[in-house]
Parts: sequence; structure tokens; C-alpha cells
Amino acid sequence: MIALLTRDLRLATRAGGGFGLGLAFFLIVIVLVPFGVGPDAAVLARIAPGSLWVAALLAALLSLDRIFALDHEDGSLSLLATAPLPLESVVLAKAAAHWLTTGVPLTLAAPALGFLLHLEGAAYAPLFLGLLLGTPSLSLIGTFGAALTVGLRRGGLLMSLLVLPLYVPTLIFGAEAARRGAAGLDVTVPLMLLGAISAAALAALPFASAYALRVNLR
Amino acid sequence: MSIWEYANPKKFIVTTTPLVPWIFGLALACLTVGLVWGFFFTPDAERFGSTVKIIYIHVPSALMAINAWLMMLVASLIWLVRRHHVSALAARAAAPVGLVMTLIALITGAIWGQPMWGTWWAWDPRLTSFLILFLFYLGYLALWGAIDDPDTAADLTSVLCLVGSVFALLSRYAVNFWAQGLHQGASLSLDRETNVADVFYLPLLVSIAGFVLLFLALVLLGTRTEIRSRRISALIARGG
Repeated sequence: MIALLTRDLRLATRAGGGFGLGLAFFLIVIVLVPFGVGPDAAVLARIAPGSLWVAALLAALLSLDRIFALDHEDGSLSLLATAPLPLESVVLAKAAAHWLTTGVPLTLAAPALGFLLHLEGAAYAPLFLGLLLGTPSLSLIGTFGAALTVGLRRGGLLMSLLVLPLYVPTLIFGAEAARRGAAGLDVTVPLMLLGAISAAALAALPFASAYALRVNLR
Repeated sequence: MSIWEYANPKKFIVTTTPLVPWIFGLALACLTVGLVWGFFFTPDAERFGSTVKIIYIHVPSALMAINAWLMMLVASLIWLVRRHHVSALAARAAAPVGLVMTLIALITGAIWGQPMWGTWWAWDPRLTSFLILFLFYLGYLALWGAIDDPDTAADLTSVLCLVGSVFALLSRYAVNFWAQGLHQGASLSLDRETNVADVFYLPLLVSIAGFVLLFLALVLLGTRTEIRSRRISALIARGG
């Protein structure tokens, strides 16, 4: 499992892995927001938490189809499925690799991009913590979506249709945490709920993903 | 009689052939009685004026939108556990009906919301969760459409239905957290003494019965169509 994780990390970070693409996409979306709504600082500060979360969501979505597609094309996914390692662990390692290459960089970059949108000072900590707690669920749910659509032509578009509704609770609690932080309210409840979603996704979704993969490899 | 017998598609077709026209007829009768009664023979409600009459479409369709998803959930479970082929096809047949019911509930809600709340749409928890339910139906149907092999499609959509149900429920309560509502609370429930006033209640019940029967008839029809189209593709595959 560790070997698989390091392999995926290496594949993602070296040339042609598209490691920086998600981050660059995140940056571009955030830069586009002021062009869309105007440069007024008060308006930007108001919509900053939500925009950052939506952009992070889309950036995480962008790299999902790489999780299984390349391994499926060159057949290594079939090898992994017949390996002694249970497929659930393979899925978990893939989700972890996706989180380390997408979720963590996004979390680290989000406060910096918060400056661009005049995010309130009190909102940085809830935003950062929220992303840290919430992005694992994005990766796990995304892995499930990728497992469902792995063998399909035009799977990417379909996957976003399947995955984005599943992201709704994470988005609601994440953006709510940052918004409450900006307003100076207590943020523990949304953060705890975010953690709960991630923990539940961690416990249950690898089984669903592995089942979907088995069906697809049948 | 057990539902396992109807895993045999032939038996299912033979049994449902005489039933479908009857159910359609009953649905039509209930809908006609319920809607005509509701539209023309009930008084206007004091706060709502005559807009209250949209309740006879809005409430039953909203009810069926949720129950169709529940039925898909149960049918998916039956397929996953027992490989009950007709069950998987019934889940597929229910999805478009549920989608349309959700859409009807949303549209009639907008038409009702305009005079009552002064707006076609509000980001109210109930409205929002219906919109999310609509997206789930879309995703579910898109996944069915995208996969060629019927058994793979049945498996994957069933898993999606299970996972989707959990997240749909989660979203339902998450949106409560996120916005305050304009929509009134539940007007009908089984565990309460008083519901809507009887004048409105009885025609509403008849309309709901009509919608349930209509749903049943459409699902049976859709399942039969699916079975036949499967049969045709099997014949084509055999004939080369």
C-alpha cells in the first residue's frame, strides 16, 4: 500500500504528471472572480469564502479522472486487482495520493489566494482548517466517482455530473465555517461536521469504490 | 406469492399484462375525480386565495418525487443482494418518472411561490434539496445511459443509488444549517391528529392516490419496455 502510494505520488509529481495544473486552475478561477463581480473590496470579502471553496472543489474535480484512467489504459489496474492487496486498500492508497497531490496543496494555497479576495482576517484559520478537514472527503468521493466511470468514453463529463452533487454537504459546511469565521461567530460546529463527513467517507466509500471497480473490471 | 417469482421476466410480463390497463384506468379516474373536485368544488383558502388549488398537483408530485427515489433504493438493494433482474429494470424505469415528478414539484412550487412569496425561487432548504434531488436523478440516468453492458450498468447505478441516498439525506439536513426557510412545514403526516382542513384533505388524498397509481402504471410499463428491449438485443446478438 505504501509502495503504491509512493508510486502514485511519484507519477503525479514528475514531468507530465500534471501536479501543478490543479493549483494553477485554482489560481485562475480565483483571479476570474473579481473580473466577474467587479473589484469592490467589500463585495469580494463577502463572497470570498464561498468562491474559495467552490474553486477548490472544481480544482479537486479536475484531477479526478487521472486517478484510475491511466492505470486502466495500460492494464496495471487489472494487475492491482489481482494483487494480494485488497482492492479497498488500493482505492484508499489512490485517494490518499490524490489528496496529497491536490487537497493539501489547495489547502496551503487557499490562504494566499484569500488575500486576493480581501478575505476577512478572522476567516483564515477556519478556511484553512475547513479545507484541511474537508478535502479528504473530496478526494474519497471523487475516487468513488472515478471508479464508477473508469471504463467509459467521455467519462470525465459524466463524472462531474455524478460527483458534484455529492460534494454539496462538504461545500455547505466548509463555506459556512469560513463565513462564520469572517463574521466572528463560533466555527466548531461546521468544522466538526466537516470532519464527520470526511471520517464517514473514509470508513465507507472505499468499499463502494472497490465494488464499482470490480464491476468495471469484470 | 413472493416477489422472487417475478425475477422471471416472462412471469412478470404475463402477470402484469392484464394489470397495466386497469391501473392506468384507476389512475386516470382518481386524477380526474381528485383534480376536478379540488379545482372546482372546494372553497378558496383564506390566506391563499384560489392559489391553494395548485396543492392538488404540487403535494402529490413532491411526495412521489421522494418516494420514487426510495423505491429505486429498495429495488437497487434487491438487485445487489439477490440479482433480481426485474428489480434492476424497475429501478431504471422509476428514475425518469421520479425526475419528471421532481420537475413538476419544482415548477408548480415556483408558480405557487410567485403570488404567495413574491418570488419564483428562493434558496430555501426544501426548495434547494429538491433541486439537489433533481441533480441526483440526472446523474443516475446519465450513468444508466452511458454504460452499454446491462448488468454492469445495473450494478454501478445501484451503488450510485445507495451512496447517493446517503448524500441526498445529508444534503437535506445540511441545507437546513445553511439557510432559513420560507416554505411551510409538512402539511400532511400520518402521526398527527389534524392535517389540512377536511374540505381540502379529501380531494388531496384522491389526487395522491391518482399520482401513486400513475407512478405504478408508468413504472410497470417502463419495466416491460426494458424487458422487451433486452429480449430484442439478445435476439439480435444471437442472430449475428
